[in-house]
Parts: sequence; structure tokens; C-alpha cells
Amino acid sequence: MAVLVIADHDGSTVRDTTHKTVTAALGLSSDVDVLVVGQGAQAAADAASKIAGVRKVLLAESAGLGHGLAEAVTDTVVPLAAGYDAILTPASTDGKNFAPRIAAKLDVAPISDIIEVVSADTFVRPIYAGNALETVQSADAKKVITVRPTAFAAAAEGGSAPVERVAGADAPKTAFVSEEMVKSDRPDLGAAKIVVSGGRALGSADEFHAVMEPLADKLGAAIGASRAAVDAGYAPNDYQVGQTGKVVAPALYIAIGISGAIQHLAGMKDSKTIVAINKDPDAPIFQVADYGLVGDYKTVVPELMAALG
Amino acid sequence: MKVLVPVKRVIDYNVKARVKADQSGVDLANVKMSMNPFDEIAVEEAVRLKEGKEHHAAGTATEIVVVSIGVTQAQETIRTALAMGADRGILIQSDTDLEPLAVAKLLKAVVEEEKPDLVLMGKQSIDGDNNAVGQMLAALLDWPQATFAGKLVIEGGKATVTREVDGGLQTLAADLPAVVTVDLRLNTPRYASLPNIMKAKKKEIAVKAVADYGVDVADRLKVLKVTEPPKRSAGVKVADAAELVSKLKSVGAL
Repeated sequence: MAVLVIADHDGSTVRDTTHKTVTAALGLSSDVDVLVVGQGAQAAADAASKIAGVRKVLLAESAGLGHGLAEAVTDTVVPLAAGYDAILTPASTDGKNFAPRIAAKLDVAPISDIIEVVSADTFVRPIYAGNALETVQSADAKKVITVRPTAFAAAAEGGSAPVERVAGADAPKTAFVSEEMVKSDRPDLGAAKIVVSGGRALGSADEFHAVMEPLADKLGAAIGASRAAVDAGYAPNDYQVGQTGKVVAPALYIAIGISGAIQHLAGMKDSKTIVAINKDPDAPIFQVADYGLVGDYKTVVPELMAALG
Repeated sequence: MKVLVPVKRVIDYNVKARVKADQSGVDLANVKMSMNPFDEIAVEEAVRLKEGKEHHAAGTATEIVVVSIGVTQAQETIRTALAMGADRGILIQSDTDLEPLAVAKLLKAVVEEEKPDLVLMGKQSIDGDNNAVGQMLAALLDWPQATFAGKLVIEGGKATVTREVDGGLQTLAADLPAVVTVDLRLNTPRYASLPNIMKAKKKEIAVKAVADYGVDVADRLKVLKVTEPPKRSAGVKVADAAELVSKLKSVGAL
């Protein structure tokens, strides 16, 4: 049995979510190929070839693939599917977008957001916003799976797989119009070792930036936010940590002025160490925090900045 | 333009799901059920397309059909959508919770009957959290898809959709007919007014059986067990920032 991993990449490098998905794939089979779809993505394919345990790398290019259009990715992957028993991809917004489309074209049930590979046909995945874990066994001959990267260790570097070109499809009925990506020197929220997250207690967008940015810069951290802070317009939508936003599991997660709604906890409770700073001693966030500090962020955060030196 | 909005009856957003002691699933007995929150946003957007609210021209949508697949009580969910402003409903009765592939196949059959120009639906249901049906329906129909919509503009035979993606926003223009799945920030759904709730009682709901559509709805996945996630226990309280920093340093977190 062979497994195909569809890489998550930025054109020049592969994101470590790909390395983590390769680890999940190696739990199904030792024959793991990586498919890089994009436009001008040779460097990303070369980077993928260095992931340890990868048998070969396939590179498919087209204009539609350059924008990650689900129709183009699907029409590229489906002809390749005959050679594989399973197709895995990280549960990024891209993976979530195209994986079910591929599954439907192959007439199989997609398995979303797995956090554990029990065996080649049995997987564990969260349901009900992470309040329950479901162990499912697939009866399909071919499996299409999205992988929650934070649940798997990254495969090491050190491979030297050959890179092979395959045909890339396009998406005639869907046109790319524009994109607005947030530019930042801070680490990516999904991959950061430290995340500082702000909640509705911060009260305004100006205050959110004034409080969170210096602290994040001091710690070399990514910035996250609760859904309440995002809905109130204090932080952009791609900052949102939670079941409906990003799921993160950094080494250190610092929640500031976040009460700890179920849906937020679902997005961060697998972090290694959790710190909560909140003036309400009864806030649910303290029930999952390793270290809780009851106090107003207005005094605590400056003190924290000073203590960090 | 005719819009089809699939809606699902799920555990209420504010209720914490509890796993059954025998690990067979989540206990839904005597639990408050509501319309899936993402579906509510889809219904609201469809109604705005009809009313001409926000940036939509009045009459962009001319008819809104709501479809649900589920138990008899899912009629209440359809009534909620009708009270918000949808025109009529279809309930495909099923006593078992169907998998996304089966739901997509049934919806494809409904699309072939109703011939909508746009299917507008939630990006995921908050029970199964699969985030799959919209993409699968688009695939089965060979229609374009635009998922995770934070903004929707219908113009010139296209749905121009601004999608909420990792790292920012992406805008696509999909030829109609298309499937658009909606994200949280597209709109804030209205509460139905009492007169509209009364009016909705007179709107038509056609009740169908899964068998009426002649599609294969067999499960592909066998649920072996449903368990509680490992519990995280509360740690310690620290007195001030200095103590916090020294504790974090002592465990190697800083």
C-alpha cells in the first residue's frame, strides 16, 4: 500500500505541517510520496524531497494550482489516485477546501482532522468542538484524510527523494481575483513555539495592538485572539484560535483577558504549558491553565514585560 | 435567481456535548437542539439576497428553498428558516445521522429537481465537524465551489466570494451555478419576528423519504467508540508576574 501526501507550501519551502502529515502517513505505510501542487513551485518540491522517509516527490503546476483552487487540485489528484491507497493532507484551509472534493470524486468518505492513526484503516478525530473523540474505521478501499498537524511530530529532514513532474489541471469555472495576506515578521500562528492570545477584555483594536504586539515581540511569539475579540473587531480573523478558527499547540500559550469559552479551549488545550491572566478568578480558562495569574492585564502585562527583562 | 439552503438540526451551540457512558456516541436525549449556527448565517445571507440588504441588489434572490435531512423534528429547524424569510422547505426524513457523502448525494438529487442557481450552506456542522458536504456536493455536480465565505457578491452570472483562509483573505469569482459555504463573519443572523413566525406556519414543507431519491446512503465509516478527550487539570495560581516568569523558566517554558 502506498500513500500520497499533498504538501502545504509557500512556493519556495514546505511548511512543517507537511512534515507532520508525513509522520501521520508513515503510520499507514512506509511508501509515502509527496505531491506539490502550485505554480513556480520547484523550490518547494526540492524542499519536500529532503523530508526523511519520502519515497518520491511529484510536482504539478498550473495557474489554478498556483492559487490552490480546489477544482484544479482535485482534477490533478484524481488521475493519480489509482496508484495510492490513501491520500493525506494537512487540515489547513486549503486542505479542508480540496480534500472533500477529491473524496467525492473518488466516491469515498473523507476523514477530517485526524489526531491519531490507530491502524491503516482506523483513525481518531475530534467531534463536537473537541468535546468528544470519535474512533472510526473506514470501509473504503481508498482513504482521503485531513490531518491535524499539531497532533503529530514533524518528520525529520535528511531525505533525498527524486522529484518527478506530473500533469497539473486548471479550474475553468473559477477565477482568482485577489488576495490580501497579512504580512508579519512574527512566526506563523500555527507553527509558533510561543503564542500570546488576547480576548475581549482588551476593549478595542488599538488596545489589542498596543498590549499584544510588544509582548509578542519580546517573546518571539505569534499573536492569537479569542473569537469574542475577533468578532468585536479588535483583531483580524486569521488571529482566531478555536474550534472554528486555528487549532494551535505551542510549547507555551499565554491567554490574556480570555474567559475560556468551550470553543476557544478546543483550539488551544493541547498546548504544552498554558498561562492564563484574567481579573475574574472564576474564569473557565483557569481550569486548563498550568499557571494562573488573577489580575488586570493593564497592570500584569507591563510587570510581565519588566520581569522578562 | 433561486437559492437552495441546506440546514441541519444539531445540538445547541451553548450546550456542552456529553459522551455516553457506553462510548456509543454523544448523549442527545433531552438536550436543546437548534439550527447549525453556520447554516443560520447561510439562511440570513439568502434572505438578504432577496431583500436587497447590505450590498445586494433587491431581488437578487427570487426564491429561497430550505432543505433538511434528519428526524421529524428537523421540521422545526426548517420553520425557523422560513420565519427568517425563506419561501418553502423540504424535509428528507432520516432517523439515522447520515455521513457527508450520503448527504451530498441526496442534496445532488434535490439540486437536480429544484435547479437552483446557487447553493448557500454552512461550512461545517458543529456536531460532526467534518467540513465536507459543500465541497462534496460541488464535486458531484461538477460545479465550482467557494468555501469559507466572509463576503459574497452576486453579479454578472458569478459569485464573487472573499474567503477566510490561513494567513488572510482570498477572493475568487465562481461561475454560477456554484456552491458557496459560509464562515462566521459573513453576517449576523436576525431573530425572526413574531408576525414572521406566524406567517412561517403557513409556508409549505414537503416531507420526503430518503428512499424517494434512490441514492446509496450506506455508511462508509464505522464508529468504533466515542470517548471523552483527556482532561487537563488546573495548575497553580501565581501571585505576580515575577513569580510567573521564574516558574516558566524553571520548567523550561521560557
